Amino acid sequence: MNHISAIPADWPGGFWAHFGTFAGILLVFIIVMIIVLIYLERRVIGRFQSRLGPNRTGPFGLLQGIADAIKILLKEGITPAKGDKLVYWLAPIIAFVPAFMVFAVIPFQDGALLADLNVGILYIAAISSVSVIGVFMAGWSSNNKYSLLGAMRAIAMVVSYEIPLGLAILSVVLLSGSLSMNTIVTSQNIPFILFQPLGFLIFFLAASAEINRAPFDLLEAESELVAGYHIEYSGSKFVMFYMVEYFESLAMSCIVATLFLSGWRGPGLPPVLWFLIKVFAVFFVLMWVRSTVPRLRIDQIMGFAWKFLLPAALINLLITGLQVVLWPEGIPWQMIFANFAIMGVLILLWSRLFKVGVGRVEV
Amino acid sequence: MAIRTEPFVINMGPQHPSTHGVFRMRLTLDGEVVVNLEPVFGYLHRGIEKLTEGRTYAQIIPITDRLDYASPMSNNLAYVLAVEKLAEIPVPERAEYLRVIMVELQRIANHLLAVGSLLNDCGAYFTPFMYMWRERESIVDLFDMVCGQRLTYNYMRIGGVSHDVPERFLWALDKFIGRMAFFIDEYDELLAENEILLIRTKGVGILSKELAINSSASGPVLRASGVKWDIRKADPYSIYGRFQFDVPTGTTGDCYDRYRVRIEEMRQSLRIIKQALQQLPPGEVKSEVPPLLRPAPGEAYGHIESPKGELGFYLVSDGSIAPYRLHIRAPALINLTALRDMVIGWKVQDAVVVLGSIDICLGEVDR
Repeated sequence: MNHISAIPADWPGGFWAHFGTFAGILLVFIIVMIIVLIYLERRVIGRFQSRLGPNRTGPFGLLQGIADAIKILLKEGITPAKGDKLVYWLAPIIAFVPAFMVFAVIPFQDGALLADLNVGILYIAAISSVSVIGVFMAGWSSNNKYSLLGAMRAIAMVVSYEIPLGLAILSVVLLSGSLSMNTIVTSQNIPFILFQPLGFLIFFLAASAEINRAPFDLLEAESELVAGYHIEYSGSKFVMFYMVEYFESLAMSCIVATLFLSGWRGPGLPPVLWFLIKVFAVFFVLMWVRSTVPRLRIDQIMGFAWKFLLPAALINLLITGLQVVLWPEGIPWQMIFANFAIMGVLILLWSRLFKVGVGRVEV
Repeated sequence: MAIRTEPFVINMGPQHPSTHGVFRMRLTLDGEVVVNLEPVFGYLHRGIEKLTEGRTYAQIIPITDRLDYASPMSNNLAYVLAVEKLAEIPVPERAEYLRVIMVELQRIANHLLAVGSLLNDCGAYFTPFMYMWRERESIVDLFDMVCGQRLTYNYMRIGGVSHDVPERFLWALDKFIGRMAFFIDEYDELLAENEILLIRTKGVGILSKELAINSSASGPVLRASGVKWDIRKADPYSIYGRFQFDVPTGTTGDCYDRYRVRIEEMRQSLRIIKQALQQLPPGEVKSEVPPLLRPAPGEAYGHIESPKGELGFYLVSDGSIAPYRLHIRAPALINLTALRDMVIGWKVQDAVVVLGSIDICLGEVDR
């Protein structure tokens, strides 16, 4: 257990007691968070759309999420007659479990995490891409053309966006000199978003695509695929897919807060509160984007990943590497302006260079 | 080694969130690319043309509400124009002005709905839609004041309109005009220059000038292809000759042009309403018409520039109280003719956007 270093010395019981207790607390905490996030998203998007959002169930509609959960859970679970039954059953589980496992290494405050892996961020990058297998299984086993199209898009997108995502993470790792999530936070005397504006942008966009948030929400593009990969799911299996979406959004907000916004660090307030404030701020941006912009097309999404994000991420990595080599004792704060300037120049240059998407195909 | 692939058929509709009703497209896809499109319609067929043959001329007006339920006022007007032509019935001045005001308000309401759902089809998650819906609601409230209905207005009558407008209507309309000019600009700014909207609609689903004319498209779909054809100018019916307004046209005929033309038409409609309000004369709103109209045997064709295109009613009378035959030239159906040519070669996602940009209403397509 030498890599699990965060067990307090006076903790009663052994490793497993600690592990079980903490995992239970985490599970409850995350699920409560999800209910809050779903409520918030519906209210905030309601405000964006000049309507009220849920406000009838309980005070301010706070119980709406619970009412909906009960309603969906009580629905009949239907298995498509010509679907692949075993795969159909397994898919939500395979999508659900990794989405939850990501939270094991999120530092909610100093040392408050289930397992302080010394390869924490690598673990996240590895685990989070397992979910897409569940999505593909769901799309395939439903024996539905809409869900198959959604699943095809899922695979294409996740494979493409993993690379810029990984490269953006790598530049953060270069700055902090560690793969451990907690060490990344403690090394941020200045939040990395200032040193890594371009890295932040790339990470944010690529992660939005990974978790299928707008404007990259092609897998469940309701205007053409109705509901995408989970079109045939109902009842508790649908709930699992629905939860996976919010798990992933929450996980992404947590990772952005940890990697770029200096995690739980902040003056005055307790660390957990700082962390939650940052998480909600990131989630608010996600909601904002979702309620504002139209959706991209599949070829444009792929073009965006390979023509824009990948080269930009490589250049960003190169510049970060140079800066780390030049100032091994820590990058001076003046470089913040230089990095913002580099970001502006790169974005302007790239947006002139290429055209996203292939347009019409002769058939 | 190349992987063997084969095209597959996907059935979009009649129950689908973005086919605007019960329209159905049988798409043959090669991966994501549409290689063939087969439109299927008729799910909402109610036999309206046949129904009219068993009713008196006045009883047909409420049926026309059910044609294009997104713009019933225009349907009413086109029908009563045809009957007035057939039976040579005069219309009082004030009624003519009221008709123009209602029809132009209806055009704004219809275009708000069309643009809102086009942006929704692009994937803008209901936000523009809800904003447009909010403004459409105030137009519906105005109609509610004059005829007590919010969807099927049944306001026009043969030889006029059913009621004069109440006092508060003119006041409310005045306020609405002031507000709407500002809101059209706001909606235009909301997404018109958005990079994602531009790459999703610019150059997508091009309808060439030649094809547009050959498929006898009309309305914003035709004008977006660069043809300056508006029945209000080409064959001024009612009192349209008295108003100053422009006919906006596009250049390429892509989805973006159709979007722009609709936004611009809303501005022009506001201009017309303003002028009509200034010139609105006092007086009667309905001329004396016998309850059972018996036009002399003959035929008449009344057509207007409805929000969706050229809406025409062709009436044949045999001298009895009911028409011998009524044929409706539904613009939405005819605009669909070129759908296949516009969609082929684009992705599935574009098929939805192109369909949204045509602005169909199944009540009119299927009749």
